[in-house]
Amino acid sequence: MPNVSMTVNGKAASGEVEGRTLLVGFLRDQLGLTGTHVGCDTSQCGACVVHVDGKAVKACTMLAAEADGADVKTIEGMAAPDGTLSTIQQAFQDHHGLQCGFCTPGMVMSAAALLAENASPSEQEIREYLEGNICRCTGYHNIVKAIMAAAGHDVSAIAAE
Amino acid sequence: MTAGRALPHDAAALHVTGAARYVDDQPLPAGTLHLAFGLSQEAHADLTALDLDAVRAAPGVVAVMTADDLPHASDVSPGSGDEPLLATGSVHYVGQPVFLVVATSHLAARAAARLGQVGYATKPALLTVEDALAADSRFEEGPRIYARGDADAALASAPHTITGEIEIGGQEHFYLEGQAAAALPQEAGDMHILSSTQHPTEIQHKVADAIGRPMHAVRVETRRMGGGFGGKESQGNALAVACAVAAHLTGRPCKMRYDRDDDMVITGKRHDLKIRYAAGFDGEGRITGITFEHLFRCGWAQDLSLPVADRAMLHADNAYFLPNVRITSHRLRTNTQSATAFRGFGGPQGMMGIERVMDEVAHTLGLDPTEVRARNFYASAPSGPGTAKRFGGKHSPKGPETARDTTPYGQQVEDFLLHDMMPDLARRAGLPARRAAVARWNADNDILKRGIALTPVKFGISFTLTHLNQAGALVHVYADGSVHLNHGGTEMGQGLFQKVAQVAARELGVPLDAVRITATDTGKVPNTSATAASSGSDLNGMAVRDACITLRSRIADVVSENRCRAEDVRFEDGHVHVGQDTLTFAEAAQAAYQARVSLSATGFYKTPKLAWDRIAGQGRPFFYFAYGAAVTEVVIDTLTGENRILRTDILHDCGTSLNPALDIGQIEGGYVQGAGWLTMEELVWDDTGRLRTHAPSTYKIPAMSDRPSVFNVELWDAPNREETIYRSKAVGEPPFMLGMSAFFALSDACAACGPNYPALDAPATPERVLAAVERARG
Repeated sequence: MPNVSMTVNGKAASGEVEGRTLLVGFLRDQLGLTGTHVGCDTSQCGACVVHVDGKAVKACTMLAAEADGADVKTIEGMAAPDGTLSTIQQAFQDHHGLQCGFCTPGMVMSAAALLAENASPSEQEIREYLEGNICRCTGYHNIVKAIMAAAGHDVSAIAAE
Repeated sequence: MTAGRALPHDAAALHVTGAARYVDDQPLPAGTLHLAFGLSQEAHADLTALDLDAVRAAPGVVAVMTADDLPHASDVSPGSGDEPLLATGSVHYVGQPVFLVVATSHLAARAAARLGQVGYATKPALLTVEDALAADSRFEEGPRIYARGDADAALASAPHTITGEIEIGGQEHFYLEGQAAAALPQEAGDMHILSSTQHPTEIQHKVADAIGRPMHAVRVETRRMGGGFGGKESQGNALAVACAVAAHLTGRPCKMRYDRDDDMVITGKRHDLKIRYAAGFDGEGRITGITFEHLFRCGWAQDLSLPVADRAMLHADNAYFLPNVRITSHRLRTNTQSATAFRGFGGPQGMMGIERVMDEVAHTLGLDPTEVRARNFYASAPSGPGTAKRFGGKHSPKGPETARDTTPYGQQVEDFLLHDMMPDLARRAGLPARRAAVARWNADNDILKRGIALTPVKFGISFTLTHLNQAGALVHVYADGSVHLNHGGTEMGQGLFQKVAQVAARELGVPLDAVRITATDTGKVPNTSATAASSGSDLNGMAVRDACITLRSRIADVVSENRCRAEDVRFEDGHVHVGQDTLTFAEAAQAAYQARVSLSATGFYKTPKLAWDRIAGQGRPFFYFAYGAAVTEVVIDTLTGENRILRTDILHDCGTSLNPALDIGQIEGGYVQGAGWLTMEELVWDDTGRLRTHAPSTYKIPAMSDRPSVFNVELWDAPNREETIYRSKAVGEPPFMLGMSAFFALSDACAACGPNYPALDAPATPERVLAAVERARG
């Protein structure tokens, strides 16, 4: 079995994987980073989104071997080392952008990738960028609001506070 | 005060950091085995051969089981005893588990499960309600009928009548976390189960039977689900039982997680149905007589279909007084997945029938549908304590002379809020002006047509199986003043744990962070009901309050000694006030401990006032009703049928909210899920009974871009007239039905295309919208 090495959340990680092992499997089963979730198994729901070399990637779509040598960031790497939440994480908590929480890690990772590309997205841009992240609980309203708040928009006027 | 505050979800910080654990995230012991089912490829057949050699020989396979290998009868139904874990001699739907693979990894188990060679002697399959009705294939001996007055005579003498039929599709739950369970064998044959379930007690019962042990040998733990929506009320039984049996036989921990495709193929969904209706009404649109015939497609096993179909009958009135009414409900057995609980539990289906009638009556008479709805509303709440209790089974008044405040099943509607809520919502939403603007738009535009609709909701709160309306709690106070909270409710994202913790904090007068929320555990609170029927906070909040009152009273007795009367001791702000003295809660707890007083208490609650005869269809099945109303505006493209929601305004009744943030979240999410059911979520079975929409690639749930651009949600702030926990109201299911406003807005847009009634079916996919536009044009 091939050996893969990558940086995950700033730390070196390596292991033997099958050629068919998905990145999500390597992260969850071998590294124990279970915050990256498997929702639909077919890269459609977005619960598995991580960052690979700074880009949002569905970890159910990528083989672990393809991430060899890459810099990978997962939801576990988003807060500061002392546990302080990132702006986006704090916004999801403060604006009730979650219910069952299963989609939340993927939402946070996609939102972070969006804000890295576009620091001040419009509501429409948020909605289009996160179309590949499914939530069954919230109806999305508070997720959009959380991302807008994280981007520094004034969301006090957005209804359904 | 803690209760009533808009606090975040209790696990929000864990969710945003990925630290919240679901079943599949739990670290399990080395050597844990993984399970997968081999599934039937036929809708109805006798099994003639089962060649599993290739499965056994596949890499990583440890064991393969068929029904013959199970040590005990392993029924996984919620009560009717008609769902063997593995097929016994015959199969009844495509996707039915036939054999079980136990392997060293999830992938190995799934790959091996595909290698089974199953011989089938194919039999005719009943796939549609028409098939089943013709074959008299049904649950119960015949249709269930609830009636009041003489509907046929009223129809015959009505100034106007309509007859019609509406098709209403089913709905996949699409909980983001698929079904999952794990079994950890303990000493002496005991079993510890981790399950993503709304009903730990039922899992405990089913596992105990399957391994031949009493319930005391099985402990089921559920910290959270990644969504449930009713889909984890009974559909998790098979996984937990499979894990337990495999763990029992191998002695090793076992885990099972359905792959999403397997999940959608194996598990039941919301019941689809057809509703046939005939309505008689006067020139102002008031219903004088009405009949409904519900044709429920229940699938191969009974599951929860009887109470689901009952609840549909109990919501066939929605918010309207129906003087002469007959509701006939067929629960039809078909060779498809066994349809199951889904948010609203038949209520949404029942309401769709009467809302369709309101829409068509208004169209027939050329009246404003909102006005027609208001004219048919139940009477305003009767005033004052002098009002006689007037539900009463066989003795309740019958026929048109009945006051316009009594449901077809004899329950008086005591707190009808919609006369006040609907005008308030219409004003907030600017409905009259927007209706005029929609009419202008439609006069000016040929291709894009707009529609707008207001629909109300009146939803009955309580399990209709009366004995389920009970709950237990267990609360410990430790000597340092910290509190351990447990109750029978399960957390699936709805925020139940936080609401109940807010109750405990208020009762004990401690800060919320002094209260530790703990996983639902059959070893702590026994004999619980499913977290379902929107009852979670009503039942468990009261049970926890009861336990806290016991603890408070014991502590007060200790600290008040020689100082004041026990009833004058106050528990507030983390302190216990005793006359002129103030102790910290921890000091008071320590004092009770030193006085050798128990600081552990159970609590219990049962819902009062319920009396229901489901065969007669008479009584008081519901403690109270929750109300809501929504206005939705949509636009359709008459060339393609594509459509979108432009704006939604909601006013919803949560009584005195326990947590407005969580309640608004339920309302927003419920509306979007309900609108999804009626607009874009389409389940398609082919003519061999195979579900063709078994992944999000083909089954479309609302995405972020489908959310209404303008989405206003307000709470109707008035205390529940009944003595619920702090006068709050249940909120899990009722908002789901607000999604009906999207459907009837689409109907309104279709009706703008021509003179005829469009008779839109659900879900209103582009194809169905186009067909409705054609019908409108005639």
